[in-house]
Amino acid sequence: MKDGDSIDGKPEAGKADKHPTPHLDELEGGPWPSFVTGLKRLRDEGSPNNRKIMNDLLGQLNHSYEKKLGFWKGGTVSVFGYGGGIIPRFSEVADKFPESKEFHTLRVMPPPGFHYTTDVLRKMCDIWERHGSGLIAFHGQSGDIMFQGCSTEATQAAFDELNELGFDLGGAGPALRTAMSCVGRARCEQSCYDEARAHRTIINSLLDEMHRPSLPYKFKFKFSGCANDCVNAIHRADFAVIGTWRDDIKIDQEKVKEHVAKVGRKYTIDTVVNMCPTRAISLNDDDTLEIDNSSCVRCMHCINVMTKALSPGDDKGVSIMIGGKRALKVGDMMGIQVIPFMKLETDEDFEKLEEFAENVVEFFADNALEHERIGETIDRVGLPAFLEAMDIPPDPNMVNHPRTSCFVRTDDFDEEAAKWFERKAREAGMQISAE
Amino acid sequence: MEQQANATPRMPDEIGVPDHFQYMHPVLKKNHGNWAWHERPRAGVLRHVSKSGDEIFTVRAGTQRQMDVFTIRKLCDIGDEYGDGYVRFTTRSNIEFLVKDEAKVAPLIEKLESEGFPVGGTGASISMVSHTQGWLHCDIPGTDASGVVKGLMDMLHKEFVQEKMPNRLRITTSCCQINCGGQGDIAVNVQYTKPPKINHDLVANVCERPAVVARCPVAAIRPALVDGKPSLEVDEKKCVCCGACYPPCPPMQINGEESTKIAIWVGGKHSSARSKPTFHKLAVANLPNNAPHWPEVKEVVGRIVEAYKSDAKHWERMGEWIERIGWKRFFEMTNLAFTKHHIDTWTGARKTMNTSAHVRF
Repeated sequence: MKDGDSIDGKPEAGKADKHPTPHLDELEGGPWPSFVTGLKRLRDEGSPNNRKIMNDLLGQLNHSYEKKLGFWKGGTVSVFGYGGGIIPRFSEVADKFPESKEFHTLRVMPPPGFHYTTDVLRKMCDIWERHGSGLIAFHGQSGDIMFQGCSTEATQAAFDELNELGFDLGGAGPALRTAMSCVGRARCEQSCYDEARAHRTIINSLLDEMHRPSLPYKFKFKFSGCANDCVNAIHRADFAVIGTWRDDIKIDQEKVKEHVAKVGRKYTIDTVVNMCPTRAISLNDDDTLEIDNSSCVRCMHCINVMTKALSPGDDKGVSIMIGGKRALKVGDMMGIQVIPFMKLETDEDFEKLEEFAENVVEFFADNALEHERIGETIDRVGLPAFLEAMDIPPDPNMVNHPRTSCFVRTDDFDEEAAKWFERKAREAGMQISAE
Repeated sequence: MEQQANATPRMPDEIGVPDHFQYMHPVLKKNHGNWAWHERPRAGVLRHVSKSGDEIFTVRAGTQRQMDVFTIRKLCDIGDEYGDGYVRFTTRSNIEFLVKDEAKVAPLIEKLESEGFPVGGTGASISMVSHTQGWLHCDIPGTDASGVVKGLMDMLHKEFVQEKMPNRLRITTSCCQINCGGQGDIAVNVQYTKPPKINHDLVANVCERPAVVARCPVAAIRPALVDGKPSLEVDEKKCVCCGACYPPCPPMQINGEESTKIAIWVGGKHSSARSKPTFHKLAVANLPNNAPHWPEVKEVVGRIVEAYKSDAKHWERMGEWIERIGWKRFFEMTNLAFTKHHIDTWTGARKTMNTSAHVRF
């Protein structure tokens, strides 16, 4: 399959010892920044270490383009004290490209919201120039800064320096993975909670599950400040935390009128009123808006369109969705709404969130089969069993509609209904006492 | 734990997720949680206004994601000169410069463009393609990532630097069917077309056979003795060519120069704005994995982008547009074939069928 008689591994005559890269050269033109140009610059102008690695790396990559096959295999590489966080790569064509025969990646957790000073970025560059290939990706699909291209020997030194700079390895393998959060309240008025605090609180309390992988399979957290879900949490996270609010959307009616005056009545009806998923908005005759907040699902659309006139309410918090993942093994899944609303303001609120996250991960560790994501575990045992284990009462917000299948045993229905009415009465009582 | 030769190895400082405030622009820090509204003065620029009256301009530029230290340092130089020494990245690998002083916005844009970094990716644009690793670094890739992305973004550059789409259009790529690139309005994903080719000399030593058997979604793999060697065999009639067996068992090679193909999917959406989030759906399969330019893939993506751009209403995402016009019209407008392979056969398939009298003519 991987024959060794290609000519593309041999250095080009007259051009010192650089591998020819005819396929990659094709990707240097065009208006978008070229990664090939960057790789070549490391080969030609990088530190001595970078030059060596990058010449052979370019050779191997060009070889892949020619053969239409990848030539990396995994293995085991780690740093002292940790079991995960390094993605080992050993070349299968090391005979032709020996200097990049080990091309491991260090996954490093970024600050929530991906904020950097130029100073810290420069320090990262300096470290990676000394110990690695000089190639860094901001960021991988799990959110890690990926320091790509390091020999087994240099891995420990590179990590030590990054660690001393204030950064830690991320997750890999069957473990807690690096999390992501949107820019959130650092710069966005639509943010409904402190995403970065939630992110740091949960991940830093579960770090052991990241650094010493022992879960049945991967487990991912993602934090989005509102239903726009800028970090794609519902699709991609086992545990998605999405900002929302309970009270009314805030309307500045003067700004609404300005908006209508600017874009027109028809355009406002077409793009705001008619696009509301629950038909909760109407435009009044005086060009102000009327919103039926009890029908509103906090989808964010009207707020996205009228950024000056509309904003989330004041009684903010989060929804939590569990079980999102891609196809392997039983098919795609999105997170299921299991906590429709949770307040997230006080220290106690954050402690509650942390405790819930720990309970969910513990449920996963105890109940998932090998290589099973928690969404699959929940599918296997049924959502009611998961809710019972987590001590969460059932809520109509968890379903699109009640079951349509009659294959269920309901002889304790009255007791379950009594619990519902008791809970409703308690909530009503609490509301009265709060007022 | 191969390299522990040192007598006293350094124990890691288990820092975890670092504190973001130390790297945050002072205006963002000061107005944390106190922002009032935002607007987009032009493509690639956001203006956020705080309840305190402070404001901050954000200038967004595209990068190649896989960046050499020279490129990063150049971006840092630009950040120092125009952006107070602070930057951030978006989830789609765009870099954002934060600018307090409005007068610096135009010169920053000019500088970025002159250095080859396109300014845009905001609002109703086509932002950077979400990116996987491909031949550069992955151990199981069917194609490259950076090259496909470079080709697509060269073609779509003009839609990155302006906001002329009906709504945002998010493209993803994935080099195998694990789909690390995720769901997208348009997803360009490897689709294998042949069962794995097994090297029976290696299976027993390399693969944990029961784990590989368990990994198969259609139970097509079973332990077998082949030429007297303990190995695995695949029931090729059952095999759906997903490649799930390949990562835990590299001797089950799923990739082939000809058999690794590209499929394009449409209508995935992460956000809950308007409609609920959706998965992407198959538009076309069996496009060739034609490096280094992938012209057949680019041509189809271009056609889908044009159809959406010409026909969708403002704020409709790809999937919402198709929902309105119907799949029949989508296949007509894009001149793509609807085949038996578009009809789902997996668990839950019945929920994807039309069980109504609604028909489009």
